[in-house]
Amino acid sequence: MKFAVIVFPGSNCDLDMYHAVKDELGEEAEYVWHDSKDLSSYDGILLPGGFSYGDYLRCGAIAQFSGVMDEVRKAAEAGKPVLGICNGFQILTEAGLLPGVLLRNKNLKFMCRTVGLKVENNNTLFTNEYEKGQEIQIPIAHGEGNYFCDDATYSHLKENNQIVFTYADDFNGSRNNIAGIINERGNVLGMMPHPERAVSDLIGGTDGLALFRSIVKQWREAHVSHA
Amino acid sequence: MKKVKVYVTLRESVLDPQGSAVMGSLHKMGYGEVEDVRIGKYLELVISDSERDVDALVNELCHRLLANTVIEDYRYEIEEVVSQ
Repeated sequence: MKFAVIVFPGSNCDLDMYHAVKDELGEEAEYVWHDSKDLSSYDGILLPGGFSYGDYLRCGAIAQFSGVMDEVRKAAEAGKPVLGICNGFQILTEAGLLPGVLLRNKNLKFMCRTVGLKVENNNTLFTNEYEKGQEIQIPIAHGEGNYFCDDATYSHLKENNQIVFTYADDFNGSRNNIAGIINERGNVLGMMPHPERAVSDLIGGTDGLALFRSIVKQWREAHVSHA
Repeated sequence: MKKVKVYVTLRESVLDPQGSAVMGSLHKMGYGEVEDVRIGKYLELVISDSERDVDALVNELCHRLLANTVIEDYRYEIEEVVSQ
């Protein structure tokens, strides 16, 4: 499976993302610059964390109009897996590919630590290698991870099982502890925590590996014919 | 040419922790009569005259980029700029 790791000016988790899929999973991965006009040769799109365009105006606001974003939209419409982590999640909400918005943490602090996450929905192409209700340990590193949406949007997310991850504890003010959501179709996931930083015991844990394994497993089942 | 002053503010329903922190500081300084502080953004745009309707244009800019209407409201004022 071949992944594109989109690199915006100010991305800083692109290397971690590349390392996770290339070195830990042994899949193909390439860095793709933000003005690329063609993502058709990639099977999965990864939007990494960081501070694209310096978070000017609002986090993700400028990046949503990068040249590559039309291609990301096309990939999403084609049903390819699109994963946005941290700033990648913020970009996906600004681009309208996911509902809601990420606000400043309620305590105004940039928070960098490992937290407990609950897998609310394991019936997605991103989470099929987890158990429903499983609690996993994944690092967070964000100042604006306070997920906000209106009541109607929340009800909609809830009814369609689009809430994929919640925090075990409230620390940033996110509505109903939401940490990650998926689109209705089920192929675009945005989450604030960093599974790509939890892929090796050497760096503190491996609970993030199953997320990347899920994507690859689903893709293989759909694309590789069995003899 | 026109100068457009755009004010982007957080909707009433959205908490503003920055504003609350500033209010706390004002209270500590002794300004107890300050009952609320909300922080927003102020933008100045200079727009050349064209066939496009300037109100329609500014609304489009605000909706597409300058404000996120999920959490923010905006208003604007238009001033004529006399070229020198």
